[in-house]
Amino acid sequence: MILSMLMEPEQAAQAAADATKAAEAATEAAKAAPPWETLSPWDTLPQASTFAEGTDALYLFIVGISVFFFLLVMAVQAYFMWKYRRLSEDQKTSSITHNGKIEFLWSAIPAVLLVVIFVWGEVDFLKQTVPPNDAVQVRVTGRQWFWTIEYPDYPGVQLTSSVDESQVTLMVPKGQPVQLTMTSEDVLHSFYIPAFRIKRDVVPGRYTTLWFEATQVGEFNLYCAEYCGDQHSAMIGKVKVLEPELFAAALADAGKLEQEPSESLAAFGERIYSRRGCNACHSLDGSPKTGPTWKGLWQKNETTDKGAVLVDDNYIKESILEPNAQIVNGFTGVKMPSYKGQLDDKHITALIEFMKTLK
Amino acid sequence: MADDKSKHDAEHAEGHGKREPSYLVAQRGLKSWLFTIDHKRLGLMYLGSTLLFFFVGGVAAILFRTELLTPAGDFIPWLLSHLPTALGGTGGDVEAAVAQSATTYNKLFTVHGAVMVFLVIIPAVPGSLGNFLLPLMLGAKDVAFPRLNLLSFWVYTLGACFFLYTLFAGGLDTGWTFYTPYSSTTGTAVVSALFGAFILGFSSILTGLNFMVTIHKMRAPGMTWNRMPLFCWSIYATAVIQVLATPVLAITLLLLVVERTLNIGIFDPAMGGDPVLFQHFFWFYSHPAVYIMILPGFGIISELVAVHSRKHIFGYKAIALSSVAIAIISFIVWGHHMFVSGQSELAAIVFSFLTFAVAVPTAIKVFSWVATLYKGSIQFNTPMLYALMFLFTFSIGGLTGVFLGTLSVDVHLHDTYFVVAHFHYVMMGGTIIAFIGGLHHWWPKMTGRTYSVWQSKWAALLVFIGFNMTFFNQFVLGQQGMPRRYYTYVPQFQQQHMMSTIGSYILFLGLLWIAIYLLASLRRSAAPKEPLPDNTWGGASLEWSTQTPPIEHNFHGQPRVDTDPYNFPQIDRTGEVDHH
Ligand code: HEC
Ligand SMILES: [Cu+2]
Ligand SMILES: [Cu+2]
Repeated sequence: MILSMLMEPEQAAQAAADATKAAEAATEAAKAAPPWETLSPWDTLPQASTFAEGTDALYLFIVGISVFFFLLVMAVQAYFMWKYRRLSEDQKTSSITHNGKIEFLWSAIPAVLLVVIFVWGEVDFLKQTVPPNDAVQVRVTGRQWFWTIEYPDYPGVQLTSSVDESQVTLMVPKGQPVQLTMTSEDVLHSFYIPAFRIKRDVVPGRYTTLWFEATQVGEFNLYCAEYCGDQHSAMIGKVKVLEPELFAAALADAGKLEQEPSESLAAFGERIYSRRGCNACHSLDGSPKTGPTWKGLWQKNETTDKGAVLVDDNYIKESILEPNAQIVNGFTGVKMPSYKGQLDDKHITALIEFMKTLK
Repeated sequence: MADDKSKHDAEHAEGHGKREPSYLVAQRGLKSWLFTIDHKRLGLMYLGSTLLFFFVGGVAAILFRTELLTPAGDFIPWLLSHLPTALGGTGGDVEAAVAQSATTYNKLFTVHGAVMVFLVIIPAVPGSLGNFLLPLMLGAKDVAFPRLNLLSFWVYTLGACFFLYTLFAGGLDTGWTFYTPYSSTTGTAVVSALFGAFILGFSSILTGLNFMVTIHKMRAPGMTWNRMPLFCWSIYATAVIQVLATPVLAITLLLLVVERTLNIGIFDPAMGGDPVLFQHFFWFYSHPAVYIMILPGFGIISELVAVHSRKHIFGYKAIALSSVAIAIISFIVWGHHMFVSGQSELAAIVFSFLTFAVAVPTAIKVFSWVATLYKGSIQFNTPMLYALMFLFTFSIGGLTGVFLGTLSVDVHLHDTYFVVAHFHYVMMGGTIIAFIGGLHHWWPKMTGRTYSVWQSKWAALLVFIGFNMTFFNQFVLGQQGMPRRYYTYVPQFQQQHMMSTIGSYILFLGLLWIAIYLLASLRRSAAPKEPLPDNTWGGASLEWSTQTPPIEHNFHGQPRVDTDPYNFPQIDRTGEVDHH
């Protein structure tokens, strides 16, 4: 029992190390490949979900048809350009004005091919809209400019992407369907994992869903694909696919946010600052972002909609658990989300210690 | 019939005898230009303003392409910290420059997109070449409502002023698509930009209305619908879309202004609105608008291909009617911009199917143009080079549209550089290339000047190379998963981004070169000793039958038409038995 408890995190760590290695190898390969090879389709983009092969097959089918018709038209054009170039001013030209048979053919043949492509694309698309019943449930929240991931079946686990570093944002088991239920707290975002060939807009005020089944262990890029303002290009992260037997333990490990034995309270606070996404809205260098900067915040005289207030332990705790109780002047636009139930007293103390260091 | 023809010839000859002052000098003074109701002068004024904005949009593009040379944000912070505050920089304050850099990048791509769409591509061809040529090709004295035409131009100028104001009031960072709720909450100058686009819409509607009536009512005697130059057909199809679709955009933009200024929830969910509704409204206009942009380009290509190969255009009816078919179908495909937006699956499937339906008439056109070359007498004049270039670039643009109309493939490609590449191949490789080709074709007619032939051919080559180098890569970038509108990106994409940026420099140089030799041809010292011949290329449509540059009232007397505009004298009629 004790042994197995010890084993799991270790295995998880091993898997994590393997995945990083695989990812490194992939980037190495991309770097080493000569430029003409990086131009060939899909060579650095893995096919890591059950949808990827289908989408790529259809993609290549259309590439084939397009290249064929393009070369055909260009070859005919080039031949005519050479053959019928003007050699003398009084060169006669043909009186042809139309040809019903040819015109019918060149309308009908593309039409038939287009219908084939349409049906193929439609069938694959429908597969993507119906998630299986036994899918692992994941909740995704988009905010300017980070993602928050929660697992209803694993209470307390919360992963966030971070503006400053691309850390693991989404963890999923290999070979099991995963369903994402997504919403946004502010503007439109779009959840995009190229290696899985999936994408779906994340819309405020409603839920959109997306599902996939990962087929490869490793780390893959995750992007926001819908323009959402300033840090749109920083709203990225990593999707980590794990062997199913390692998934639960790794998730628990990644989700937990505890002070390391060697870590000072302030350092732990700094870790919370980036892991819980405070850094998306609060800067440390004095520049205002969506929220007020934390530089010089401790013991400052803050003016809020309820009047003047001294920034002390109680005020900070209130600001984190009930952000709308007192709203700092000049920051009425975007609301800070409440962290009630997500950060405990220990976390808040650590954050306060961290703030104290920001003179 | 024979009678008509000889009468026409007689008038023609008479016209040659006594050269009248051209429309350019018929009246003098600034006022005679600003308040002119002459469609030709208005065409030139549109030409000047659209080209000016083309330059502005191009500079913005060069700036952000330079930023994209490297994965991290570095050029824009550098630029900002070296610019004085009066010019929007931070005057040496590096920290502030870094803090503003992402917003600045976003503003640059927004300016590029909004200016290119609303101030350049939509008005460029109808406003300049359309205005100049339509009455000439129809054998009319002017458009149906010359005063309304002047109003259109001034409304356009007013809209442009709102855009300029937006630039100086801190810029706009919503992207040209104004998607809500970002556009209802961002702090930049959204309201003035929306008003600008709203006003420009009116200019577009008035022009469309004017052209429609002109085509219905002002065709020369004998010019049946089937004897109308294809350029006029394409302008007609465009006008229909302008009149029917633009009001929807106007209302949508107005609703957004109402939402922002009066805080009434329409699109913003925080106030009970629906953000996806905005996308429906927006694309209900903006997809047809794609055809407002490209149809006139099709018209130009039909003229260029036929005239420079002295061949009757192949499949006149198919080309003319496919323009109309495209115009109609374009109204019911808007949802293909929203396959992943959360619209229903059924809607997505229907929109995908209808989108494929537009592909067929488009393919028909391309095939017909190539077939026109068959047994022609092809001369590689500069305009013809652009027409041939168009067939290359537009074919790529059209074919890549098939990828995006295909549901499952679009899920992957949507909002990536693949889309950026696709619409640049269509808008730039299609409309702008056709526009530049048309400009070279009708430049002598419009200005009475000729440009340097060797320079124009080399510049065309630069444009061709630069364009393909810039945008072909971006298909690969997109399919590898590079999202669009990214200020910074993962290092894996750097090679292709670099290639793209270098391509954009070449393209920019090519375009600059064109501007230089065209402007140089206008210098007083470049005036030709002898007036240019009326018919520069041996064209058979009516604009070539009048003086170059045309007189103020276009024609001496009323021209008559007894044949179609692609009946070149070089066409071999021997062996035709049942001609009469
Ligand atoms: C979505 C943006 C956002 C995120 C994420 C966010 N905040 Fe805030 N925060 C704000 C805004 C806006 C305000 C000012 C309005 C107010 O007082 O509620 C604010 C105010 C505060 C204040 C009061 C500051 C002052 O000047 O009085 C504290 C303390 C604070 N946040 C802590 C946190 C912590 C800790 C986190 C991370 C666990 C966090 N915030 C995450 C937006 C955010
Ligand atoms: Cu985004
Ligand atoms: Cu469209």
